Amino acid sequence: MTKNPKPNYISTTNACKLCTPLGAALAFKGIEGAVPYLHGSQGCATYMRRYIISHFNEPIDIASSSLSEKHAVYGGGPNLKLGLLNVTKKYRPKLIGIATTCLTETIGDDVRLFLQEYEREVKGDKPLMVRVATPSYSGTHMEGFHGAVAAVVDSLAAALETKTSTVNILPGFVSPADIRYLKEVVSDFGLSATILPDISETMDGPAAKKYEKIQAGGTSINEIGNMGANLATLEFGHTMPVESGGAILQQRFQVENRRLPLPMGITASDRLFAILTRISGREIPDKHGKERGRLVDSYVDGHKYLSGKRAIVYGEEDLVVGLTAFLAEIGIIPVLCASGGKSGRLAAEIAAATADLIPEQPQVFEGMDFFDISEMAADLTPDLLVGHSKGYSLARKLDIPLIRVGFPIHDRMGGQRIQHLGYRGAQHLFDQVVNAMIARKQADSPVGYAYM
Amino acid sequence: MEAALKERQDQIHRTGDKPFALVCNKDSLAGAVSQRACVFCGSRVVLYPIADALHLVHGPIGCAVYTWDIRGALSSGPELHRLSFSTDLQELDVIFGGEQKLSRALLELIERHSPKAAFVYSTCIVGIIGDDLEAVCKKVAAETGIPVIPVKSEGFKGNKRAGYTAACNAMARLIGTGDTTGISPHSINILGDFNLAGDIWMIRDYFARMGVEVVANITGDGRVADIKRAHGAALNVVQCSGSTMDLARLMEDDYGIPALRVSYFGVEDMAQALYDVANHFNDPDILQRTRELVREELEHLLPKLEFYKQALTGKKAAIYVGGSFKAFSLVKAFRLLGMDVVMVGSQTGTEEEYRELATITDPGTIIVDDTNPLELTGFLEETRVDIFVGGVKERPIAYKLGVGFCDHNHERKEALAGFAGMLGFAQEVYASVMSPVWRFTEHYQSGDRA
Repeated sequence: MTKNPKPNYISTTNACKLCTPLGAALAFKGIEGAVPYLHGSQGCATYMRRYIISHFNEPIDIASSSLSEKHAVYGGGPNLKLGLLNVTKKYRPKLIGIATTCLTETIGDDVRLFLQEYEREVKGDKPLMVRVATPSYSGTHMEGFHGAVAAVVDSLAAALETKTSTVNILPGFVSPADIRYLKEVVSDFGLSATILPDISETMDGPAAKKYEKIQAGGTSINEIGNMGANLATLEFGHTMPVESGGAILQQRFQVENRRLPLPMGITASDRLFAILTRISGREIPDKHGKERGRLVDSYVDGHKYLSGKRAIVYGEEDLVVGLTAFLAEIGIIPVLCASGGKSGRLAAEIAAATADLIPEQPQVFEGMDFFDISEMAADLTPDLLVGHSKGYSLARKLDIPLIRVGFPIHDRMGGQRIQHLGYRGAQHLFDQVVNAMIARKQADSPVGYAYM
Repeated sequence: MEAALKERQDQIHRTGDKPFALVCNKDSLAGAVSQRACVFCGSRVVLYPIADALHLVHGPIGCAVYTWDIRGALSSGPELHRLSFSTDLQELDVIFGGEQKLSRALLELIERHSPKAAFVYSTCIVGIIGDDLEAVCKKVAAETGIPVIPVKSEGFKGNKRAGYTAACNAMARLIGTGDTTGISPHSINILGDFNLAGDIWMIRDYFARMGVEVVANITGDGRVADIKRAHGAALNVVQCSGSTMDLARLMEDDYGIPALRVSYFGVEDMAQALYDVANHFNDPDILQRTRELVREELEHLLPKLEFYKQALTGKKAAIYVGGSFKAFSLVKAFRLLGMDVVMVGSQTGTEEEYRELATITDPGTIIVDDTNPLELTGFLEETRVDIFVGGVKERPIAYKLGVGFCDHNHERKEALAGFAGMLGFAQEVYASVMSPVWRFTEHYQSGDRA
């Protein structure tokens, strides 16, 4: 394969990333009793709510300090505090997660100082406040997400005498269904785990009689407080900032941080299960062993439909690594792996995850947008796209299937229920991918087989 | 029901409760979780449907990415408006200024897409770092020979209404630069319809049947060349309260073009809109054709509506939309279906509009400006409506409360304007209100809804 240079344009067209505070707001949403709060102009919160609602089909209230021109000139402190008071009054939150925006970072608002003043000025019970700096001109929503997780750990995890046998899991930005799966796996190993954040219920709640101001669920603040006393941390992903939640727990409380790739596909999932086996001292529970067995069986059953098919994968960097590893192990050739993120580690991580599976490494580029991807795609003759909804126009143009994963899913129901992780997630993805290829073969055939 | 925050209580009124008083058009209250967006949003939604213009958002990536292809605004030709262009400002740009990057991005995109004009949207950060958009646009316009127009839409400089004004000011720079030869004396511009799901095509068809020429769509299925010669039209027909009224005023001042306010939603308002235009031209042929058109359309529509009216009579509705002018039409449209509106509000209504709403709604109806999820939840729980009309941010609130929902916002994919749109609206309302799914919700089972 000839290697094309990365397209190098000044302008960005149809970005393959979102802005930093959005990730922070989502991460805060996975903490029990928390309200995310953006310090900036009103639009940021509203736009992000709309964007997030269209994926999860769930309410998400993100407060804003709603700065206007005079605040931009004289500082946003008074409005920040007024907003905190109002949120406290109306929502009675346990925690307010404050993320800055490009506006407040640039006017130089000192949120730490404002919060100290607020602490002194406002009497009575106050929710916990966690703040994270998320200027949207720096990084993507994933930096915001990991930054918020690190800020929560940094603020709330405490030194404790007694060590627990609980495991910390920092899964990154995965779906509510993925979180539910992780809980099930951990519990089947007889372990207890603190998963941070936990959007399994807050962003995928059941129909209920009473409208919850703050949706039930999320990682409890007590549990977060104990994270420093836990047995170990499993942190998914290799492209997050160095100062991650897991790194803080290790430095400050000597909780061993085991970084592993997102457990996608058999190889990466085996690593997770091996670690859980070692930590729990138990063999893989029969249920999961059988799920793995059925997954292998289906890989074998379906491999002829997939062999040599060419895929373009895009999205958040760690997700792209996980997807690429999964696709490689089912015989698909990843031809282009693209992300809007710029960790500098994407290519190395993909190489590490796929080296013995594919004869030639795919083209891997960071800082990509959909114009770049589209331009490269023309020569790559892909058979499928794997990524979120925003690749739809490209899939339509190329007339190839789009396997929807990750965030956002804006053109299908059930984005919050997509399973990506573990043997079960791999099974789900495998069925999606293989059936897309079978459906294409069926549709392209002039015969009209009902038996493929 | 829980009370609204003290600072918000004067933005809520109940029809007939006391003499009308409602505070509006003020900045959203910090921490209240307003459903409003920002100045940039106001500008972006108004200019968005101009399909052969380049829309470049000068700022960090968020502002552009959250407005990528978000409107159901259709084009009959070019679709440049559906792409999301950004300068994607990075930290160094913020420190050293983004003018260079903007200039290069503009030149690159104009060369790539050959747009008929370019709009450059200013975002919060640009207002702070002080990039001189005017100068950059002027330079690029001179180099490329197309109009390059800055849109002064810094997010924090007011609310969504200020964004409408910025968009109108930007369009005003195009108007007056095109050739108006050959425009009929019976000609109009359509202002304030955004061609969601093809609405404007229906409206244009009506005007064509009446014998009225449409010069420019502002902005649904809009084209730069049409807008340039919009000053040649004899009349501006303005829908939607806030978004393009400023432009109509500017055109009245600068070119002496009178403006008519209309709405294309609901049978009464749609017919009224056509008659108002016909009457303005005072031409017996046009008037005759208009009568025939309305009669034909109604003969076709009314029997079909009967089925929905029978099913929906007595059901209750709540409305929360962007501009309150649309709410008038919705109140009337629900009445035509035999339904009662018990709550109505908007993000950007004016006092005059809210006063009018208080006049046309039944006693006890809640009227609200710039509300938020918790207030809405309270209103819906109190009024126990069968359907809530709003946009994407309102949808999960309705659904969690076991209430039907009709999307009447800019993301919708169903045509709701014109006579055919009234049928579409009835079908939308029916589809949600009469769905069997509600019987499985606890609200239904506990007798909240029947």
